[in-house]
Amino acid sequence: MNMAIVSDIFTIAAVSAGAFFFLAGTVGLLRFPDVLTRLHALTKADNLGLGLVVLGLLPRTDGLLSALKLISIWLLVLLGGGIITQLIATSARRGGPPE
Amino acid sequence: MTTATAFNLGLAVLVMVLACWTVLARGAFAATVGFVAYGLLLAFIWIRLGAVDVALTEAAIGGGLSGVLMLGAAARLRASEALIAAETIAAGRRLWAAALSAVTALALVTSVLLLPDPAPTLAPAAAENAAATTLGNPVTNVLMAFRALDTMLEKVVLLLALVGVWSLGPDRFWGGRLGPRHRVDPEGMLVFLAQLLPPAGVVVGIYVFWVGANAPGGAFQGGTILAAMWLLAMMAGLTDTPPSGSRRARLVLVAGPSAFLIVGLGGLWLGEAFLAYPLAYAKALILGIEFAMVPTIAVTLGLLLAGPPDRSAQS
Amino acid sequence: MSAMIIFAICAAAAVGLGLFGVITNPHPLRKILSFNILGSGVFLIFGIVARRGAAAGFGGDPVPQALVITGIVVAISATALAVALLLRLFEATGSVTLRADASADTSEDRAAP
Repeated sequence: MNMAIVSDIFTIAAVSAGAFFFLAGTVGLLRFPDVLTRLHALTKADNLGLGLVVLGLLPRTDGLLSALKLISIWLLVLLGGGIITQLIATSARRGGPPE
Repeated sequence: MTTATAFNLGLAVLVMVLACWTVLARGAFAATVGFVAYGLLLAFIWIRLGAVDVALTEAAIGGGLSGVLMLGAAARLRASEALIAAETIAAGRRLWAAALSAVTALALVTSVLLLPDPAPTLAPAAAENAAATTLGNPVTNVLMAFRALDTMLEKVVLLLALVGVWSLGPDRFWGGRLGPRHRVDPEGMLVFLAQLLPPAGVVVGIYVFWVGANAPGGAFQGGTILAAMWLLAMMAGLTDTPPSGSRRARLVLVAGPSAFLIVGLGGLWLGEAFLAYPLAYAKALILGIEFAMVPTIAVTLGLLLAGPPDRSAQS
Repeated sequence: MSAMIIFAICAAAAVGLGLFGVITNPHPLRKILSFNILGSGVFLIFGIVARRGAAAGFGGDPVPQALVITGIVVAISATALAVALLLRLFEATGSVTLRADASADTSEDRAAP
């Protein structure tokens, strides 16, 4: 009984924190002045936001394999997001596509 | 209002806003970005409707591959937008178009509300006959056993579209390599991603195909992931597109429909009807056809996105 | 089934918006995008029908779901062909207009090999 309540509270806390970071990232996307700062805001949503959501969902998985799958999803999003951010930033620094 | 209903409502509103954005945005690039986001959120709606296989397909094909196709086209057509803006239709006609669209939408909502209750369904029939193939995923059962003819013809449609795309290249390049040669900084980030991601992606793709026998997944979803990995390697310049005249590529392309056709004719000759699987071998035959289908789907989708032959085979 | 009404409105909106986009957008690429939205709205209606057919322990009727998967694959092959045609039109004539009377140089390929 106790463990269930503790794990529920942990899930709610972690997912809410993750949602907060997503919100912060979106506000940054909409309010920051230029491409590089917006990318900076988005990476926070990707890394911390998704990481916290995945962390919060880990107690709800049934088994080690599902937990590993969730973590690998987070790692793949990190990889893809990081590389895409670099590519966009390089292109933006060089003048970027016309608006 | 329960949480589930509130979530559905929020999701539906978001998707409608994105659809508006795609249709009404200024500029093809903005519209395409909206379309990709729309495709990905649509996958959520599919999950809410309980169709996880369709959600996977929509995310992979509708969001991913369509997005790549449209983004590439929007980039290459940037110069055309100024010219075409002069052909915007008059405000009066736009009003008529809006009225027509509203009437169509209203008619659709009314028809959905008037659907018979209890709904006629083929789920019991699918459940009864599931023992014939001993596969656990009912959608795979339908795709590969009960409506296998549709799937076979769909393979042929993919091939026809590919031949159509190939026929758009200049005559002198028939049989040549497809699309432009991508020249990318070999020390750059894209090459890094293309070296790191495809191994994981290929494993994920094969897993999604393999697990489709008993859980959501399947040949189309897995094949699309494999195609995406190949496209990534092509776009990073790590590998070049195959020449459209290459015998090996053509063999892989026809492997899927041929496997279907062979099994189908076997069913006609040795069994009761075209594509009738003998019960003892049903699962083995289905897996065999899928093994031939997945490379075909991957290669066909990859080549569809690579474009028509634009270079000679030796370049 | 209030969830169905919400998604039915969403599907109908997608169909309506897609139809509007096909008719009013002059740029063929935007037409193709709108056509895809129209198609996805139709698929959603299939999905609603499938969901309503939940029975025999399944969450939804698997036959419409399989039809939608087939439809999505056919839609992207049609889209790929349409985009290839559009790019070829642009290469050959330098503009994407679909008007027959537009003055365009269609005799020679303008693109260099």
